[in-house]
Amino acid sequence: MGAILLLEQCLNGLQLGIMLFLMAAGLTLIFGVMGLINLAHGSLYMIGAFACAAVASWTGSFTLGLVASVVCAAAAGALIEIGVMRRLYQRDHLDQVLATFALILISSEAMRWLFGSYPLYLDVPEMFYGAINLFGVLQYSRYRLFIIVLGLLTAVGIYLLINKTRIGMRIRAGAADRQMTAALGINISLIFTLVFALGAALAGFAGALVGSIQSVDIGMGEPVLILAFVVVVIGGIGSIRGALVGAIIVGMVDTLGRGYLPQLLQLILDPVFANTLGAALASIAIYLLMIIILIFKPKGLFPAHG
Amino acid sequence: MSEKYLNRIMIALLVGLPWLAHWLDEPYYVSLATRIAILALAGVGLNLALGLGGMVSFGHAAFFGIGGYVTGILASHALNYEPIISGFMGTTQMLIIWPLAMLIAAVVALFIGLLSLRTSGVYFIMITLAFAQMIYYFSISWPTYGGEDGLPIYMRNGFPGLNTLQPIQFFMICCTLLLITLWGVSRLQNSRFGNALQALRQNETRVTSIGINPLGIKLTAFVISATITALAGSLFADLNRFVSPTMFSWHTSGEIMIFVILGGLGRLYGPLAGAGLFILCEALLGGWTEYWQFFLGLLLLGVVLFARGGLIGLLSREQKNA
Repeated sequence: MGAILLLEQCLNGLQLGIMLFLMAAGLTLIFGVMGLINLAHGSLYMIGAFACAAVASWTGSFTLGLVASVVCAAAAGALIEIGVMRRLYQRDHLDQVLATFALILISSEAMRWLFGSYPLYLDVPEMFYGAINLFGVLQYSRYRLFIIVLGLLTAVGIYLLINKTRIGMRIRAGAADRQMTAALGINISLIFTLVFALGAALAGFAGALVGSIQSVDIGMGEPVLILAFVVVVIGGIGSIRGALVGAIIVGMVDTLGRGYLPQLLQLILDPVFANTLGAALASIAIYLLMIIILIFKPKGLFPAHG
Repeated sequence: MSEKYLNRIMIALLVGLPWLAHWLDEPYYVSLATRIAILALAGVGLNLALGLGGMVSFGHAAFFGIGGYVTGILASHALNYEPIISGFMGTTQMLIIWPLAMLIAAVVALFIGLLSLRTSGVYFIMITLAFAQMIYYFSISWPTYGGEDGLPIYMRNGFPGLNTLQPIQFFMICCTLLLITLWGVSRLQNSRFGNALQALRQNETRVTSIGINPLGIKLTAFVISATITALAGSLFADLNRFVSPTMFSWHTSGEIMIFVILGGLGRLYGPLAGAGLFILCEALLGGWTEYWQFFLGLLLLGVVLFARGGLIGLLSREQKNA
């Protein structure tokens, strides 16, 4: 029984990790290529979820909803990049933090205005109802398994795009040396818009996928945003590989911590106190992890530039 | 209009208008002015680290919240006659609460600063955010002092010789503390220490090369900045007679940062102008549309993109030396 539960918790951790990776990949690319801190990334996640919920309830098709989430988030991302971000690349991080904080306020209120204050509900598509039997021992939610597989496929897709295609090569070149890349005749501002839209699309996609497990509401992007920042910082800002490793670590530590810390502490402490302390420690575990990693490796696990 | 002249007008308005409201029997406006004074105080704290020292702390909500929670915890123990530790029953005296709140915040800030200042740039922003988030989630999941529901303070804490329940008297306390702090920070700014701090922001290598230890200066500024913000948090708890984990949330950190930027980064009276503008926006726009934060966002975006000197820079047309 214990082993089955552990396996299930590990799968849940993996699912959280994969979703975090979709968020963190965009953040770390945007930081690595443009040197920009984008707090509004959580808003793109929210926009994706809302677009998916609206289109899915409108047309009755979850697939169309997913397409809409990617398209809307990418369009919003491109719009934000052209309208606001371009002016911020040369500014210091403080200006970037504030401007993107302002964008959070603007987009949250715009969504509230468009969709009202009540959360929307997004149904899991019918073919993913119920549970599936894994390895003959574990009943696991079909939809969560679908998310894990889809997320892993997307991760492979990003890897191939960045490492094996011409456009990916240009993006990597832009991250390594912006001026040199521009001097070689590559339209760097087009690359920037593209990277931003790509990151936004990934965030919107993640929002739509998670929206069916949780509810779709205004503040949904913010907890995920901060977790994604933790992932990016742990992995090393600018590194896709770091984002993947960091996301899996954070997903696992968070899920397993919540599942097992109270029980572990019960071995040495009074049960009631152990439960309280365990729950409190589990909720801060990933921040502790990040701080410890930063103390020993101030540039994260996989520093992007040397 | 020169910046000095502008500052005097702001102080005159802050001290004068609440008395007018009090005289017209409009306590709502008195408490609005109290909020401005308290939030400006929090901003003055952050401005010391951010504006003078160039340390982009995205975690000052931690200190604001610590100030609030120390106040709430001390008061609730005193009101319930439950000792905190044997022999100490808590207190409802502001004069004891303030130093304790500031002391605890200073100790926490020393710890956070020591670890965070090992990093710089984005990593510093993120690690200060992470520390604040840690305290935020801890305060939500630790049930002793209300957890997610927060902790009410049934009676506003007392100050010898004053009736703090009367809005105008509580306002005078907050306003006086703000003015004293502004005076103190202006002295600090022009002292040897203040010069070293500002020089560090501009060029750390040069300052180090003339034999000044950057960590010591920065850490001291960070701790002082945190204690000022904690004092504001303590007053804020007394104003609302309620503390909740929201005080620790990263939105609070963002808002304190907004006060500093809206008013004008690194300007002594910037946080006062910023907090005033913020609260007036909330009161005026909030009465007109429930989506007022949309317009606040636009305003902030406009200031960051086009008016880098903030409100004071815009009005005084004086450039601040970078």
